[in-house]
Amino acid sequence: MKRFWVGSIPFTFVLSTLIFSCQSEAEIEYQRYFIQGRNIYQTQCKNCHSENGEGLGELYPPLKEADYLRKNKTQLACTIHNGQQGLIVVNGKFYNQKMPSQTQLSPIEIAEVITYVTNSFGNKQGIYQVEKVNVDLGNCKE
Amino acid sequence: MKKLIWPVMALFALYACSNKNKETKLPIYGQRQPITKIVDGKQVTDTVYATIPPFSFVDQNRETITDKNLDGKIYVADFFFTSCPSICPTMQRNMLTVFKAYEGKNNFKLVSFTIDPRHDTIPVLKTYAEKLGAKANQWYFLLGKKEEVYQLAEKNYLVSVSQDNRAPGGYVHQGWLVLVDKKGRVRGAYDGTDKKQVQQLITDVQVLMDEANAKA
Repeated sequence: MKRFWVGSIPFTFVLSTLIFSCQSEAEIEYQRYFIQGRNIYQTQCKNCHSENGEGLGELYPPLKEADYLRKNKTQLACTIHNGQQGLIVVNGKFYNQKMPSQTQLSPIEIAEVITYVTNSFGNKQGIYQVEKVNVDLGNCKE
Repeated sequence: MKKLIWPVMALFALYACSNKNKETKLPIYGQRQPITKIVDGKQVTDTVYATIPPFSFVDQNRETITDKNLDGKIYVADFFFTSCPSICPTMQRNMLTVFKAYEGKNNFKLVSFTIDPRHDTIPVLKTYAEKLGAKANQWYFLLGKKEEVYQLAEKNYLVSVSQDNRAPGGYVHQGWLVLVDKKGRVRGAYDGTDKKQVQQLITDVQVLMDEANAKA
């Protein structure tokens, strides 16, 4: 019996190392997306949506705790890529300002900025991988 | 003797600080000319400062706004266009901060000139102003002939603007928020995309208000 316990020590050690390293790898990927996404946000989005995601008056919609981001998860990539036009409702308020297209952003960059926005300003939706963005972009209406 | 050094230094420091506060003055921009005139039989030389020349534009409520409406007012001017994807949203966000700091003050105005008169018609400007949260009687969004607006920007407000189809949105312009005093003289230009400079602008508006009160 004693031998079993002694023998299990290296086993549990290896197992826990595996689990922890796997977890941290996912965590590292998330962090990488998030940080790159923040850089893109600073240059491409901040002007209108503001530093803290509050938007600007009734002109530019907020990203802060925005229900729109939850309800339109699979549309966000197309919105960023093609821009946005026409009336939308965010947190119960109407917005009708044109958002310019960001065709210069690659799918990975779109995934990164989605991950940043949907995990900042009170949002918590987790990582949004480039694979999903590629699928979403294939389904764009335009 | 050594014991005295620190209290003396402290006194000096205090004096320096209080002195600095009293001397807060803003420069006067633009070209100036000396003129000589006869006052009470004596020759007097005076300086004439550059001022914003007469203009007449229309605001978001179809009211005609001229330089006369701004006579005797301290105001902040900027040049923008409503469909601007680059620096304007940040500039106007900061203009809103300035507006809120002095909201309801009778002798303080804000003026936003559009540099895209083709797209920014009066209804477009009105919607934009309302959605931004600007009050019409204190913050004018002005529409005028493109050439006149551009000339005013370049020559008098000292802000560079131009049309450029390669630029995002089609126009290039500088993001200065220009501070003008009650006599129509430019007293400062602040980067409308820099929060610190905008805070300085808010402080300097008060300096101009105090300056006007001191003379009254």
